[in-house]
Amino acid sequence: MRVALFVTCVNDTLYPHTGQAVVRLLERLGVEVGFPQAQSCCGQPQFNTGYRHETEPLVRRFDTAFQEYEYVVTPSGSCAAMVRDNYPRIGARAAAEGRGQALAEAAARSVPKTYELTEFLVDVLGVTDVGAYFPHSVTYHPTCHGLRMLGLRDRPRRLLEQVKGLELRELPGAEECCGFGGTFAVKNPAVSAAMGADKVRDIVGTGAEAVCTVDNSCLMHIGGTLAKLGCTVRPVHIAEILAATEEEPYA
Amino acid sequence: MSSSSGSKSSGSRERVLARVRRALADVPRDERPQDVRVERGYLRVHGDRTTEQTVELLAENLADYRALVHRVDAAGLPRLLKRLLAAHGSQSVLVPPGLPPRWLAAADPALVPDREADTAYELDTVDSVVTGCAVAIAETGTLVLDGGPDQGRRRITLVPDHHICVVRVPDQVVGSVPEALERLDPGRPQTWISGPSATSDIELNRVEGVHGPRMLEVILVDDRAEGQAPSMR
Amino acid sequence: MSGTYLGMPAFPKAAQDAVRNETLRGNLRHATHTIRDKRAKAVAELADWDRLRTAGKDIKDRTLRHLDRYLLQLEEAVTAAGGTVHWAADAEEANRIVTYLVKAAGGSDSEQREVVKVKSMATQEIGLNVALEAEGIAAYETDLAELIVQLGEDRPSHILVPAIHRNRGEIRDIFEEKMGSWGRPAPAGLTDNPAELAEAARVHLREKFLRAKVGVSGANFMVAETGTLVVVESEGNGRMCLTLPETLISVVGIEKVVPTWQDLEVFLQTLPRSSTAERMNPYTSMWTGTTDGDGPQTFHLVLLDNGRTDTLADEVGRQALRCIRCSACLNVCPVYERAGGHAYGSVYPGPIGAILSPQLRGTGSEVDASLPYASSLCGACYDVCPVAIDIPEVLVHLRERVVEGGEVTRNGERVTIKPAKGHAVERAAMRAARWALDHPGALRAGQRLASRTRRIHPKRLPGPGRAWSDTRTLPEMPAESFRDWWQRTRGGAQ
Repeated sequence: MRVALFVTCVNDTLYPHTGQAVVRLLERLGVEVGFPQAQSCCGQPQFNTGYRHETEPLVRRFDTAFQEYEYVVTPSGSCAAMVRDNYPRIGARAAAEGRGQALAEAAARSVPKTYELTEFLVDVLGVTDVGAYFPHSVTYHPTCHGLRMLGLRDRPRRLLEQVKGLELRELPGAEECCGFGGTFAVKNPAVSAAMGADKVRDIVGTGAEAVCTVDNSCLMHIGGTLAKLGCTVRPVHIAEILAATEEEPYA
Repeated sequence: MSSSSGSKSSGSRERVLARVRRALADVPRDERPQDVRVERGYLRVHGDRTTEQTVELLAENLADYRALVHRVDAAGLPRLLKRLLAAHGSQSVLVPPGLPPRWLAAADPALVPDREADTAYELDTVDSVVTGCAVAIAETGTLVLDGGPDQGRRRITLVPDHHICVVRVPDQVVGSVPEALERLDPGRPQTWISGPSATSDIELNRVEGVHGPRMLEVILVDDRAEGQAPSMR
Repeated sequence: MSGTYLGMPAFPKAAQDAVRNETLRGNLRHATHTIRDKRAKAVAELADWDRLRTAGKDIKDRTLRHLDRYLLQLEEAVTAAGGTVHWAADAEEANRIVTYLVKAAGGSDSEQREVVKVKSMATQEIGLNVALEAEGIAAYETDLAELIVQLGEDRPSHILVPAIHRNRGEIRDIFEEKMGSWGRPAPAGLTDNPAELAEAARVHLREKFLRAKVGVSGANFMVAETGTLVVVESEGNGRMCLTLPETLISVVGIEKVVPTWQDLEVFLQTLPRSSTAERMNPYTSMWTGTTDGDGPQTFHLVLLDNGRTDTLADEVGRQALRCIRCSACLNVCPVYERAGGHAYGSVYPGPIGAILSPQLRGTGSEVDASLPYASSLCGACYDVCPVAIDIPEVLVHLRERVVEGGEVTRNGERVTIKPAKGHAVERAAMRAARWALDHPGALRAGQRLASRTRRIHPKRLPGPGRAWSDTRTLPEMPAESFRDWWQRTRGGAQ
């Protein structure tokens, strides 16, 4: 099985620990992981802001960067959804604009092999108990693109439930958006902040020590809001929880 | 025929149609409406019910939306109507032209015929109205009136504050909305009634009783018995 | 669309004011959460909900792709049934037609210059009440929430419940203060009990219904094959307006047509459950032309374009015309819940408004250019939409129109629009990002520079960056990017 890590630009630049956790986790499960250096960004920030044409080179780059691999695994529901939902759209639009099928073909190659991490674990590797150890109370926030575009459903929960020592706390209003939304966070700061504050109130209300998601971008917003409000709940990406063991605990 | 009332609207029919056609330039010229697939995989009726269960569901759903539901056999209908009108304190009751005379034979209030010349003000002085219906829908608790002879003009079930609707069960009861539409004639004016008038306009909570009748009573009368029962007249 | 909202500030500014209004936020939160939960239950009762949703989408798509044909069929059927059909290309023309018809119905009797109205999005969209008033015709709104808005000299903020931004106490105050100047005053000692408030509206409007000569409505559906119009309502004010007056004028958007009588079986199941979360709404009226001796003896149907054909011309944006105005998307939207309906600067607020207004009106105004961005793209709206409008897809599509401009249809003509103002810096940044992201070497150099200088990064960002750092701390720059860690620990191995 040739598996590549698509770390995503946010994780590459700001959250390298998440990428390292994915590598550690997958290798522990016997998966050989590659990291093609040609990878960059999925293009979601550009696409979702209205810059479809600026996204096109990144669709091609994704296809080329990962062409040697059977599976592309990414620790981001949002970036996986970008590839799976929007790449075909971008390809179809380019074709409709009379610019040929190349982009559509690149998208078609990328879609079936791209998996969000928890999907890959549950659907491809068929595991829910990954031998993790995380002796803390955790609440899980299902991020929107993972929840609605990818349809991750209970996969992350099933994985978390098997983590030794982990106590899962129910998050009220869990399926409500945290208010990040990419450039929404800066284009509509008042509404974004109000949504973030409400989400944080619900998180704090669970009494959990940590809040976990499948997306560091949302977690950056939630964590930034938590810190600004002086709350001590720790934002943790699910990969870092699943990578932690008794021998190598979460740092 | 299209009218051209107002000033320069005469050209707008062609203008709007031309815009529609230009907007649909991407639709192949030989495409027919039926070429656009409509997936009708939805259910004709929800759940498997006996006739009696369907009637029971109708009663439940009517009551759920605050209609007062009564069940009676055909022979008992006149007495029940007499009692309900008396309980409401009605002095007068509107009667559609084709309402079986037997139904109100025992009733005390003055019978007011539904006449075209009556003004809305006159209707507003009448206390109650008694009608039949065209169809009743169990799954939604809905009564459909279509202006049939035992139902009268639409306004008579609107202006008086108290409406008693008689449903012949099980013949007039269908399970679902699709089954109801099959039975109805689009050419007739229809009023679908599901409970007394209500509003959700204050804080999105349902409150009963606005402009339509604030009290809706429904009598489910067993018409199998009615057919067999000797005439009461 | 109506001039009522011209000069509205862009969405972010208007939303900011709304977010700071604690009462408004409380009212909206309470109302939207109440209906959200109820809707979920009402929908869960139907095992075939997804199939009904698909069928609703399919029926609307079939109609839209052959709209000219269905409009002609409708016109023929309505005319054959005794109605008169008018066509209005824009708001001004529709208003002119209705004004003319109302005056004609009143004859020489100038006292009769009033109409009763049943809630209609189309007549709000064209600003009919203002147009009628300018001609000396009083238009009385009869839906409870519309009455609250009209008496309060307010603007609607929700499709289904235009006064959703008002709580019961505020409604009581409006009734007590204003009813007297419009007709029968509120009863003495009126409390904020919703049943009492409903009763006050009943008494206030009764005299208007009983004397009305002309009713004005919209319609939820028009059936092409039969010429039948359908109005779905709760209070009975619709029935009053549709059956008591001598003349009925219905102003309906051309996209409200459905091909067949049978097609109603889908929408009469999905609409009530999606909007008021009921199995069925209390009253649905259906009429086909006129009926001798029953209801209005004169019936006019005004078919309204007003930007709909421009919307139809956009192959991605076209799906917005499937909308059946249920407002489920508003009720589930986290942005609507915080910003309120007024911030959208249109009679169509919420997610559907964010894709409808910039298409019906174009993206020329500041507020219209900002609406496609009034969403975090969370997708909750698409999930609940009973006709499966992919609102996030259309939002992103319209964002492209805003930042890139390009060919669009305005008033039936193909025109090329320029990018909206205020996106030049962003566009330059996006181009730079595209270059950097397509050159990972450059990206890595940037990451390294940021990592080396991380100790001196400010905690607060200047300029536009404040939009982030005012309410959220910035993530700390790690000492080493993932890319460098991989390179350092795994060497050149892929």
